[in-house]
Amino acid sequence: MSVEYIYPEFEVIRNENRCICCRVCERQCANEVHRCDADNNLMLSDESKCVNCQRCVSLCPTHALKIIKSDCALRENANWQNDTIKEIYKQASSGGVLLSSMGNPKSFPVYWDKILINASQVTNPPIDPLREPMETKVFLGKKPDKIERDDNGNLKCELPPQLELSMPVMFSAMSYGSISYNAHASLARASKELGILYNTGEGGLHEDFYCYGENTIVQVASGRFGVHKDYLEAGAAVEIKMGQGAKPGIGGHLPGAKIVGDVSRTRMIPEGSDAISPAPHHDIYSIEDLRQLVFSLKEATEYKKPVIVKVAAVHNIAAIASGIARSGADIIAIDGFRGGTGAAPTRIRDNVGIPIELALASVDQRLRDEGIRNNVSLVVGGSIRSASDVIKAVALGADACYIATAALLALGCHLCRTCQSGKCNWGIATQNPDLVKRLNPDIGSQRLINLMTAWNHEIKELMGGMGINSIEALRGNRLMLRGVGLTGKELEILGISHAGE
Amino acid sequence: MKRVYAEEKWCIGCHLCEYNCAFANSGESDMAKALKNKPVFPRITVEEDNKITYALSCRHCDDPICVKSCISGALSVQNGVIRIDKDKCIGCLTCILVCPYGAVSQGKNGVVQKCELCLENSCGEPACVKGCPNRALVYEERGDDK
Repeated sequence: MSVEYIYPEFEVIRNENRCICCRVCERQCANEVHRCDADNNLMLSDESKCVNCQRCVSLCPTHALKIIKSDCALRENANWQNDTIKEIYKQASSGGVLLSSMGNPKSFPVYWDKILINASQVTNPPIDPLREPMETKVFLGKKPDKIERDDNGNLKCELPPQLELSMPVMFSAMSYGSISYNAHASLARASKELGILYNTGEGGLHEDFYCYGENTIVQVASGRFGVHKDYLEAGAAVEIKMGQGAKPGIGGHLPGAKIVGDVSRTRMIPEGSDAISPAPHHDIYSIEDLRQLVFSLKEATEYKKPVIVKVAAVHNIAAIASGIARSGADIIAIDGFRGGTGAAPTRIRDNVGIPIELALASVDQRLRDEGIRNNVSLVVGGSIRSASDVIKAVALGADACYIATAALLALGCHLCRTCQSGKCNWGIATQNPDLVKRLNPDIGSQRLINLMTAWNHEIKELMGGMGINSIEALRGNRLMLRGVGLTGKELEILGISHAGE
Repeated sequence: MKRVYAEEKWCIGCHLCEYNCAFANSGESDMAKALKNKPVFPRITVEEDNKITYALSCRHCDDPICVKSCISGALSVQNGVIRIDKDKCIGCLTCILVCPYGAVSQGKNGVVQKCELCLENSCGEPACVKGCPNRALVYEERGDDK
């Protein structure tokens, strides 16, 4: 019906002077945008299928292609914006819930960009990281409150289990199934090389990756997919996933079409069956219930591995974190509302949760006020985009950061936000073997290593500028931060002063 | 000796190697000028069916049967690389018939062409390897020389 026709969102612009009809664009587009008119030696496009993933643009050998946003627009309206109207059309046609992928793209404030970092001048010397040692190593886990000695006066050195990271960044949970085998291989290999950890997400651990166990966090989520004794023992830590920043309060749904071959075996569910993770853990309705699962997992792993509890940043996050810190968990991971996803209902992704900056500041403060900050380490995620975001997070009180979107970008993701289609042209969010092989882990892992190495250099430069030579000395050091353009309330929650103060 | 090796596992069937090869051996400085609206004669070809794709070019055999079969002396081995002297080639195509890999082909003007590792063209290193987006082609020493 013509009322259902929506003009394509993107237009493919082909410079005919440059196009040599090599058909690389046609072969590389899983959405089948490009085709060849062999009779006339011309390339044609069906723009209605284009998702602007830029694969064709990147691979075109003569740089003959560009994708632009269509200027065919509905009449301007500040209230009824184009996207809003088109979503209405879509739903009027389909009757379905709108689905989206990756992080919240709406223009909510990014507090990282309203926080500035201090530097030393005159009275306290900055440190040059190229000439002096700098420590970015961190240990995650429960820390003792006081020094204890035995009867002979010797120090008691036994600590609860700790994770050692060469830098305060880890790759956060992305399941095998939502991302490809080669994406997982890249993350695993890079983590080992870098001395950090990656996270299996709720998809189990492929048998090929057990050898990276020391650099793996194994996740236990509400669907319990792929969880068994060897799996728990394979990882360096176990993470209980209570929530995800992109979709707090709801579970997950990996469509049966993606449950093929090894994904099915790794998840321990039949091929073709939908993998539905319930919204709640059906055995957790209180902190006491959570405590039972924490200790079940500790018991299963002989108290050798720290247990992480991951929650989405929501309104009462400080109280929730306080409860988790008392549940026996060693590490709390908080995922802000800008965190990514392989698929989530659009309304939830775009409207539920709170910014990670505010959640982190209020949790750190609450745990300190209650004298239980040392009970747990804090890991934050949900759109950590750069080394300066990491520095700001650490200064606000985080022990380490989780990154995922940034890692996927390093692997080739162009943030077209159509992971839910399963046709990722970059070989990341797909299980189609022809697409998966486009991501060579030799290249992927090296790019991840490059990215993290670059960030670590920048972290050291920023620390040096502040006259700090150890990341531990920056943690919770909010005097190193100043806000710009923030209200009194925002500054109060962040626990920082305004620039100029 | 360094050779071009195809990693079938990582070949994505984009055929970029063919176009980079044809461009590198065109003598032109602009790819569009070199290849637009012209027949393309790559010295590397992507073999593919529904499941497998890989790029194929001259293996630079240690004991090359193509050189033995060449009746005009156009093919020769120089430092391990099998070279073609296009002025000598008479286009009898015997080399194409005998090459067990199908790595020799007929180029422009009917004379034979084959991969010469881009040693003498403007690229200076195998253009197919340089332009491969997924490292499905590598140029390396594998120590399998006799």
